Amino acid sequence: MPSAVKAKVGIVSCSGEEIAEGTVARLATLKVLHELRPTKTVTICLPLFLAGGDQDREFARHHPTITVDGCDLRCAARGTEMYSARPAASIVVAHVAAAAGLPRPEGRRCLDDAGKRVVTLVAERMARLVDELLDDGQGPPR
Amino acid sequence: MTGEGTEVVVIPCSGIGKPYGTVARESAYDLCDDLRPGATRLVALARLVLGEQEARERVRSCPVVTIDGCKLMCASRLVTHSGGQVTHEVAVLDVYRRHRELKPEGIEVLNDEGRKLARVLAEEVAVAVDEIRRSGAPSGAGHA
Repeated sequence: MPSAVKAKVGIVSCSGEEIAEGTVARLATLKVLHELRPTKTVTICLPLFLAGGDQDREFARHHPTITVDGCDLRCAARGTEMYSARPAASIVVAHVAAAAGLPRPEGRRCLDDAGKRVVTLVAERMARLVDELLDDGQGPPR
Repeated sequence: MTGEGTEVVVIPCSGIGKPYGTVARESAYDLCDDLRPGATRLVALARLVLGEQEARERVRSCPVVTIDGCKLMCASRLVTHSGGQVTHEVAVLDVYRRHRELKPEGIEVLNDEGRKLARVLAEEVAVAVDEIRRSGAPSGAGHA
């Protein structure tokens, strides 16, 4: 496998439409992909992954992945583990918001200020995880 | 299973990598929040596929409309795989082919054309929802 391809982390976002935390997960993922670590990350389309997308599943089998879930159902993390391999790291938006002392994000179509702040926190955490995973080849504790 | 009190489940594909996935999601919000808030319920695809009981029971007992961003039709396929029956399926690309002036761009935030395309799609599906609630199926084909 070419090293240029190898040095990538796959990000799997739950993109749950029903709750604002799903919007946070999706926007944080896009922030990492487009702004914070554009050359080190790729996104894995969760619906395609779940529907049997061979390329996405193969990628997640052989590359480190970070899953970002809106809630404790942890659909992205469970789906990744079920169909490919255990994610190298998992983030739950609701936990990040609670740990930061922020109120629950609101506005699944248009996030409130708390939601926007959680987007930044989650994206920064993801970026740090990407660096850790690519630096030592092992990654953080799962 | 149908009637004026019937709740129609709406499932967009949740695609994150292309503007068409964003159009699917936005149109689902337009439909469920603005156009038919009392008649529809948005269900996240991943919840369904990962076996969440409430989501599974809902798609097995209610008519389901799927909105897919691309031709792979993940939402439609996964609803069927999960034991639900798709009453009406829509592909954003098909609607775009009929409205070429509304080319969607942007993933995080859609351009104006993408927003309008989402609205057009939502209005079309709202008509289908009304027909489903009235007679059990939209008139014509089940695919937009």
